[in-house]
Amino acid sequence: MTENKQEFWRWSEYNWRDENKDWREGDIVTAGIDVGSVSSQAVICVDGELYAFNNARTGSNSPDSARRALDGAIKSTGLTIEDLKFVVGTGYGRVNVPFAHKAVTEIACHSRGANFMAGNDVRTILDMGGQDCKAIHCDEKGKVTNFKMNDKCAAGTGRGMEVMADLLEVPITEIGDLSFEVEEEPPPVSSTCVVFAKSEAMALLKDGWPKSRVLAAYCSAMAQRVASLLESVGMQEKFFITGGIAKNRGVVQRLEKILGVNAIQTKFDSQIAGALGAALFAKTLYEKRQAKTVAK
Amino acid sequence: MITAGIDVGSKTIKVVVLKDGAVIGKAVTATGFDQAQSAAMALGAAVEKAGIDASTIAQIVSTGAGRKAVEQANSQVTEVGADAVGTVHAVPEARTVIDVGAEEGRGIKVSGEGKVVDFAVNEKCAAGAGSFAESMSRALEVTLDEFGKLSLESTRTIPMNAQCTVFAESEVVSLLHAETPKEDISRAVHDAIASRVASMVRRVGLEQKVALIGGVAYNPGFVDSLTRTLECEIVIPQDREYVGALGAALVAVERSKND
Amino acid sequence: MKANYGYTDGSGDYYIAIETEGCLKCTDHNCVDTCPQDVFDIIEDDYDDLVAAVVEEHRRSLAYVCSECKPASDPPPLPCVEVCPQNAISHSW
Repeated sequence: MTENKQEFWRWSEYNWRDENKDWREGDIVTAGIDVGSVSSQAVICVDGELYAFNNARTGSNSPDSARRALDGAIKSTGLTIEDLKFVVGTGYGRVNVPFAHKAVTEIACHSRGANFMAGNDVRTILDMGGQDCKAIHCDEKGKVTNFKMNDKCAAGTGRGMEVMADLLEVPITEIGDLSFEVEEEPPPVSSTCVVFAKSEAMALLKDGWPKSRVLAAYCSAMAQRVASLLESVGMQEKFFITGGIAKNRGVVQRLEKILGVNAIQTKFDSQIAGALGAALFAKTLYEKRQAKTVAK
Repeated sequence: MITAGIDVGSKTIKVVVLKDGAVIGKAVTATGFDQAQSAAMALGAAVEKAGIDASTIAQIVSTGAGRKAVEQANSQVTEVGADAVGTVHAVPEARTVIDVGAEEGRGIKVSGEGKVVDFAVNEKCAAGAGSFAESMSRALEVTLDEFGKLSLESTRTIPMNAQCTVFAESEVVSLLHAETPKEDISRAVHDAIASRVASMVRRVGLEQKVALIGGVAYNPGFVDSLTRTLECEIVIPQDREYVGALGAALVAVERSKND
Repeated sequence: MKANYGYTDGSGDYYIAIETEGCLKCTDHNCVDTCPQDVFDIIEDDYDDLVAAVVEEHRRSLAYVCSECKPASDPPPLPCVEVCPQNAISHSW
């Protein structure tokens, strides 16, 4: 049963590294590993600058997923795990990164990562992962000033979207585009609860609604729910979206319209924000540890 | 005087035809996608069972989530109001009413006259009502009926972390893969619903007797879990899922007198 | 920082907010001892500060956990809110 479902939400795995940089010429090489419920990322930083990253699917075993993500990031760089001065684990599976020196919350890591990727005028971050949804406020240094997370209810999470993708038999990657193939925006699905929203969607399909219209109604409902979460912590520009949902324009565009604010687009995939923040935390923590050692 | 009460729930519609305080006909149908049509059908079925002509019904009152969709109703009453009246009629010593349906759970403190003193509602979240059990029974690939009975075969409590039906489905699948016995999973699920319902009921205060009504009261696993959680006797009227409709039919009698 | 712990589901919005600036000035940690459900604990946050937080195990069931202190009618002032010298604790429901 689970195997078939995997087909619907497969993002492609990939890695990247900065060809113009040689890590051997740097001083502090750190890594951040973000193990999510659906995907895992590993980021390598050299002296606080982005050097390499890998985006991989999370398997059933968190420690293995963490290792796999890291291996994907360091392959063909000549780096080995021993060259890493400090490793920070984060995410849903942060306690399961056995080679990490410390675990830091996803909230703090996303905040720090967003500050680096999107600029130090980022103030509001939305992270929608496989099983949670977070609204984060940060200051110009990327330090968290306010956060509100929901990881209890599937509505407003990647899982909630997955349920609809399964029902309509539409791959998650196609949901955004399909949801805009409507002449007119339908009213949003009325149920917050995914279980009841699914029944509602089934009734709409029976009533003759095409898949695109059902998706539009559902994306609209999700966008509204997320907007409420953001508005409850207070929307402040600049705005940045991370997590799998950032790739779903069916939700993102509707959300931007409700908020009247557009999210910042970055050069690199915002999905790495958590791991990137973790790698930056790793540098700070390493330097602090070195300072203490010297002081002794 | 003949009155009728129509309870339009999210899953089923219940109708009770009342004559001079006694139930002479009742029927239940699936709500389906067209509430008005299903309500009409259910009313027709109950009227036929009562052996009367529909025109002899003095008043029809509707209740339930879809009460406004009932074209034949003269007026409506809230679920809480109908439950209170209906339960005290069926169980005169009841002072706390617990109604668990497919989508909602309610705790109501009632007076001896069937008036609502206080209430607390768990609504619009599948995890707090019957839908949770139904979804988990599907995850275990057993019927809801089997699922309820399985729970009674368990002798131990295993923890369930997920608080949401969607996430719980994955947790159940993982438990199955880890070869956890189905009866233990079933009990954990029923304990979870019972715990949520109990928390809500405690907000109105538990006063004896405690009565349980609604479709989920047919689930022996749930009843067992709730009894253990509340640590008191729970009275369940025979026609537990008709109590709301009965209450509405009784309200119809009151309103007829006032006309 | 304002830390909001809890969730929103179909039935409502259930968050406990802790203004952790207040925790920096606190030495009594009354909230930890006062709550009958042991909702609070003192943790070291990501910035090495000792602050109050809602314990992990209760974050996803706050509506139920707090029900003891929140009767359906005439709810009294919440013990955790009353006992915090910094007025750092608030409930969204």
